[in-house]
Amino acid sequence: MALTKEIIKERLTEKFGEQLTEWAEPYGMLTFTAPAEMNLKVMQFLYDDETLRFRFLTDLTGAHFPDRKGEELSVIYHLHSLENNIRLRMKVYTPIEKPDVFTATQLFAGANWMERETYDFFGVNFVGHPNLIRILNVDEMDYFPMRKEYPMEDPTRIDKDDEMFGRGGTVV
Amino acid sequence: MSEHHIKLSEESLQKQTTTLNLGPTHPATHGVFQNILEIDGERVLEATPTIGYIHRAFEKIAERRPYYQITPLTDRLNYCSSPINNMGWHMTIEKLLGLKLPKRVEYLRVIIMELARIADHLVCNSVIAVDTGALTGFTYVFQYREMIYEIFEEICGSRLTTNIGRVGGFERNFTQVAFQKLKKFLDKFPKALREFENLMNRNRIFMDRCIGAGPISAERALSYSFTGPNLRAAGVDYDVRVAQPYSSYEDFDFKIPVGTKGDVYDRYMVRNDEMWQSDSIIRQALEKIEAIEREFPEQKDVFYAKEADRYHLPPKEDVYTKMEALIYHFKMVMGEIDAPPGEVYHAVEGGNGEVGYYLISDGGRTPYRLHFRRPCFIYYQAYPEMITGGLLSDAVIALSSLNVIAGELDA
Repeated sequence: MALTKEIIKERLTEKFGEQLTEWAEPYGMLTFTAPAEMNLKVMQFLYDDETLRFRFLTDLTGAHFPDRKGEELSVIYHLHSLENNIRLRMKVYTPIEKPDVFTATQLFAGANWMERETYDFFGVNFVGHPNLIRILNVDEMDYFPMRKEYPMEDPTRIDKDDEMFGRGGTVV
Repeated sequence: MSEHHIKLSEESLQKQTTTLNLGPTHPATHGVFQNILEIDGERVLEATPTIGYIHRAFEKIAERRPYYQITPLTDRLNYCSSPINNMGWHMTIEKLLGLKLPKRVEYLRVIIMELARIADHLVCNSVIAVDTGALTGFTYVFQYREMIYEIFEEICGSRLTTNIGRVGGFERNFTQVAFQKLKKFLDKFPKALREFENLMNRNRIFMDRCIGAGPISAERALSYSFTGPNLRAAGVDYDVRVAQPYSSYEDFDFKIPVGTKGDVYDRYMVRNDEMWQSDSIIRQALEKIEAIEREFPEQKDVFYAKEADRYHLPPKEDVYTKMEALIYHFKMVMGEIDAPPGEVYHAVEGGNGEVGYYLISDGGRTPYRLHFRRPCFIYYQAYPEMITGGLLSDAVIALSSLNVIAGELDA
């Protein structure tokens, strides 16, 4: 019998009950939120369970929601059950002051660099990661550039005195 | 300050092994990435990759750009097959907007994507040959890559970073010349590919160099989240075009070539067979388009979905003569088109594997968050594991057979 979203939801609710929240299906992908300290347990269950078999980590990334007080940073996992050809999305939220999330490197070797990237850009601290250092940015960088408090430069700003590029300055 | 990777001299005096910097700019790396290798004679003991030399913060830039201005960013991910990235991005927006495209447009897209795949695989395979010492094949097949680029040029005006297509379809219809060029390519390409095969596939020297070099098992490849030809070379038949068909790929009849050992030779052969499959898909698509045009002659002029009017830049002659077209043109160019809020993940089978777009829209004119799933970035981390214990020359061909593209690696 083909694995359906209903069966996945049923199995997960059976195992974790009310702890998994925000169930949704945006554009056909089953999405839910797990408590930050449970991320590994849920993934391990999804991995081990004989009917679910989510054994492929498609993507791991972060996002910053400054409006969600107390859980500003989000880590988003896209898992794929290749045999059943079904995907799901799991999110965890963590406070920006103490952004600790367990690493998935023990389950998926590929999570290594994806977590390093998420650390590099959002500052999520993956507890237990073997080598959590910056990957794309320079090592000396002392902030996490993808957070929303670092907006891209406003193209209409006039405080820069730069005649060559047409921002402010005086035309003679 | 972090530790510098290069060991100091007192230490190196005691050392029995050699530290070698392969890259960041080295003819054998085909891109800017560095590998610090610890070698004992010719044997690689340890490899530490450093990446990020051409990181351009696309995900951050995308947060300030209207949707149609993000397409040129996707060009610069895998620049050997930019049209696939472009199309993947358009499809992501179309998914967000809930647009359905006419069949003719989807088939035209399939043609473009498969041409791009051939171009991508031609580069990769001929470069493997170059790294094993056979330069002839490379100079020979590049003519056909040039023919593909001429087709792109005819359709969208540019060659490498194409910015091809728009949300809802294409910016303009394919011209007769484009179809002529396509037919000319289809006439000549199989013969050239056959000759290239004769030159390489059963070449004793080539086989001896490639078989067993840089292998990875299916189990490890899956654990490393490999996708695309590199995963298929290890024996897993996962292809997004079949698993989650997009752009009407379900209408086509094609095979997924798989390897067994996941070594350089298997990757080469998988890419080689995929070019034949792409060639066949293009022919099927042309036939389907001709069938549509025979039955519904008015379909000849359809190159975008009518429902996409609000998101599709109108043709220039309409902008000058029609009021609505002028309004849409103005609103689009000023970036005043809002997309609905939502959360989308869309994946396409790129030249190197699953290219995914994870988009969070808060209803504004720019993405709230956009993440590119870049297959190169994900599988390149397996590189040290693949080359450790092998020869240095195997490490070089393993790198070219993985087809690591610096643009996609660093985003």
